[in-house]
Order: sequence, then structure tokens, then C-alpha cells
Amino acid sequence: MEPTIPLSEIAHARSGDKGNHANIGVIAYTPEGYQYLRDALSAKLVADYFVGLQCSRVERFELPRLWALNFLLYDALAGGASRSLRIDTQGKLLSTAIADLPLPTPKNLSAMRRPSSAP
Amino acid sequence: MIVRIANGAGFLGDNLDAPRRLVESAAVDYLTLEYLAELTLSILARVREKDPSAGYAEDFLTVLKSLTPALQSQPGLKIVTNAGGMNPSACAKAAAQILASAGLGGEQVGVVSGDDLLADLPRLQAAGCAFENLDTGEPLSSLAQAVVSANAYLGARPIAEALASSARIVITGRVADASLTVGPAVHEFGWQWNDRRRLAGASVAGHVIECGAQATGGFYPLWREIDLAAVGYPIAELADDGDSIITKPAGSGGVVNRETVAEQLVYEIGDPAHYLTPDVDVDFTTVEIEECGVDRVRVRGATGRAAPESYKVSLAYRDGYMATGQMLVYDHAPVEKARACAELIFARLKAAGCEYARSSVECLGAGDAVPGLHAPPQGLREVMLRISIHDPRREAVERFAKELAPLATSGPAGLAGYASGRPQVRPVFAYWPTLVPKAMVSPGVKVQTAAAWKAAN
Repeated sequence: MEPTIPLSEIAHARSGDKGNHANIGVIAYTPEGYQYLRDALSAKLVADYFVGLQCSRVERFELPRLWALNFLLYDALAGGASRSLRIDTQGKLLSTAIADLPLPTPKNLSAMRRPSSAP
Repeated sequence: MIVRIANGAGFLGDNLDAPRRLVESAAVDYLTLEYLAELTLSILARVREKDPSAGYAEDFLTVLKSLTPALQSQPGLKIVTNAGGMNPSACAKAAAQILASAGLGGEQVGVVSGDDLLADLPRLQAAGCAFENLDTGEPLSSLAQAVVSANAYLGARPIAEALASSARIVITGRVADASLTVGPAVHEFGWQWNDRRRLAGASVAGHVIECGAQATGGFYPLWREIDLAAVGYPIAELADDGDSIITKPAGSGGVVNRETVAEQLVYEIGDPAHYLTPDVDVDFTTVEIEECGVDRVRVRGATGRAAPESYKVSLAYRDGYMATGQMLVYDHAPVEKARACAELIFARLKAAGCEYARSSVECLGAGDAVPGLHAPPQGLREVMLRISIHDPRREAVERFAKELAPLATSGPAGLAGYASGRPQVRPVFAYWPTLVPKAMVSPGVKVQTAAAWKAAN
């Protein structure tokens, strides 16, 4: 099997709600990491990872100057802040959950790790 | 010139000491306090139904009381808050009592109103505004349930007007969160309302600080690296060109770095090229951030397009009742036992004639918090069983609330935690996102002394 890394080795994230939709902003630690994520972290990959949320679709937006990708997960919250029966009514856990998403280990991984915590 | 705009509250329920600690430990020109999440107003609308003198963020009064020494010792300090909720005038009157008691009765207090469209809905619909649901396209007329609240997100203009009329404290109802920052910026710098680049810059700064400590180390995945106990709340040092430096009080906990600011920039946004506010259509994709000192991050380069012709409206309607109950389940196979308990409960409810429109069963601790990601771990010995139901019939939901505790004596062995009382039955307010043409809404501004607000009926 292809070796993988968790997303958290090269990026951090924050998530929240917009009505019944959730958003997850994923931010690379370095420009190299952003280049890699732009190719590797597709909307489809995120949709497949969060298949249990039963989103209607996932849309991806690019913020290259922030080294960030924004994912909008439509209808991900089973009703949103007011109607959702889940414990995580507002998608606050999704940024922590996406940290474990496995990605193929990139060739230049050392250039993608968080600079201050790199070996 | 630099204008220092801080945020000391990011939602109704935020830390009550943060605003006081902020102004005691840093010199700021404006303290913003943000209290209104999407559905907070519908809750406040119900409070006002029961008591016409209530319906605002009462936490603000506690905070204001703690701020009176700073208001006396720092003559330049101003406060801008949406604490007015569904009743800005009543909030101003209550705030005025506190100010007067502290010898601040001569201070000018401004109230921004006009966001509350509830009473006007029939007139606005007759005038051609269909209030179509932004997600489904359906007109409001197709909604059978009763509307509880309908508030337009007003912009920065009435806030700037209140400040121009010498208000030291500005209390609003629903305004766009970023406008709490844009209003003071426009007032101080004298920007034009078509100066999109500057308005965009201030909107970005406002977006970064509007959730309080989320810009300074809160909600941060690298939390182990920082001390959050005395986390400092954010300050935007805004320049005349609309660029800003995000920072926090010296010596406070938390951190401001590229990561915390970037995370907050992407928090709860949709298309980053169109972050819509009533003041400007902001393009976040041109924004650049750069660390420029300890706990200092420069934010620059925001651009904007013309503001939308409509205000966003948060409209809430009654949508039945919900209740949630929890019980700790202990076992070698806790998930199996928890699911059996849930089945028992639903079987008894069915026998009592109660079936529910929507229900959910979660085994917390076994991976259900984010469904579908992780199987229960080997050796798991306990889970929290969480059952939630939603139904139009209040009586049926109340029946559910009474069906958990009996399991203590008539369910399997190994249950605990039911002693905290029956689940609360609460009304559901569903969200109907929509728009209203700006021309149909008339924001109002009233500024008078605290003493005059106190005397007002």
C-alpha cells in the first residue's frame, strides 16, 4: 500500500457552520504544502472522507495567498444550529476530524512541515 | 493615525471578565462586543414576548458594570455592541441605569434600530419582497409555520452616524459582525462609503476579531503550545489605508501568529472572493498576512466590489419541539447495550402511541460525534448514549422526556447519569435565510445622554 501521512503533518484547519452547511478552512504550513494540497486534497476526497455526514455536495475554493483551501460542505449538519439532532450541531469538530485525513506521502515532505517544529 | 479596535465578546455566553481585562491591560480606542449568533435573536424574540422590557443580551449589563471604572479613567474609550438584540432601546435604558449609578449619566448613548422587520413583513411582502429562501428559492408565503423573528443585517453606516453624533456607547440590534469594526473606522478616518478598498480592509479586520479569542489562540489545534487560561482578546490596529495589525494585550495568554489569523480568516466563510457585508463585497483571496513581531500579524491587501443592493435577513420560524437525553452506559460491549437501551425506549414510546418525525441515537465515545469516520475502539468500556428527538407535537416530546429515567430500574444493569433530571423540552426555531432590498429598510439612529435614556419610557 502507498505510504500516507495525516493531513495534520502539513496543514491545520478550522471549521464552523453557515446555516445547514459546514465550512472547513484547511491551511498549509508552507507554500510547498499548499501546492501539494491543491493537487491532492480535492473536493471529492473531502466528500468521500466525510461520507457519514451525508452532504449533498462539497465545493472547494482556493486562497493561494493564505496557502489555504476552503471547503463548503452543503447540507452537512443535519439541520444546522437550530434543528440538528447531533451533538456537533455546528460542525465544530470537523477541523479536528480532517486532521486525520490520510494523504499520499509527498516527496518533499520536509519542506511542508511546520517550520518551527521541523526536525 | 492608528485606530485600535478590540473585541471582548464573540457570542452571547462568552467570558464575562474578558472585556474588563482587555481594556485594563491595553490602550484601545474602541471595544466591540458581539453577542448575536444566527439564531440568538429568535431566542431573544421569545424573551421579549414574555416581557416587553427584555429581549437583549443581559450579559452586556454585567460587562458594562465591570467597565465603568475604565470608562471613567480612559476618556477616549468607546464601546460598540450589538447587545441590543430584539430590544436595543430597552438595553440602552438598562445600560443607562448602570452608567448613571457610576456617575456617567452625562455620557452620550446611541441606539441603532430598524433591523427588526417582524411587524413589517406583511407590508414588505405586499410591496413586492417575497423573502425567498436563499437555499430553496421558496417564497416566504409558502411557509405554514409562524415567523418568530426577522432581522436585517444592517451595516456600518448607522454606527458611524451615532459616533458622529458624539455617542460614546453605541447599542445596535442585528448588524453585520464586521460592521461593528467598520463603523468606528469610517468615523475616525472619514472614509467615503464607496471607498471599497478601505472598507474591505476594515471588514477583514472586523471578521478576524469578531469571534473574540478565536483570533488569539482559541479553537487552535496547537493548543498544547500556549496558555489559554488568561487568553488575551484580539485588537486590530487599523491604519487609514484599511490594512491592520492583529495583536493582543501584552502579557496575556494565547498567541497571535500567522496560523491563528489565517484560521480565523477562513472561519465560517463561503466563497472567499465574495464575503458579502452590507458595506462592501470583500475579496479575501487578495488578502496577505505576515508576522511582524511577537503576537503581531499584519493583514493587508483586501479588495472589494460594490456592496450588495440587499440586506441579508435572518428569519426564524417555529418548527416544533426538541429534547435530548443522555445516559452513561458501562459494559464490555457498551455500544450494543446502548443501542438496546435506545430500542427499549422507543418501543415503550411506541406502545404509548408516540412515534417521532425525527430522531437520532449517538454513542458518544464510540466515534459517533463525527459519523462514519471511526469504528468503536477495541476495549471500549463505556459510552454516553445520547438520544434526540424532534416533532411538531409538544406532548409527544414531553412523553419522551419522561421515558429515560425509568431505565434505571427497568433497563439493563450498568447505567448511570440519569439523576441529573429529565431532558428539557425546547421549542425549535428554524432558520430561513433570505434578503430584503435596502431601499425597503430604514435604519434609525438616536443619540442622547444616559440620563435621558434612563428617564425615557
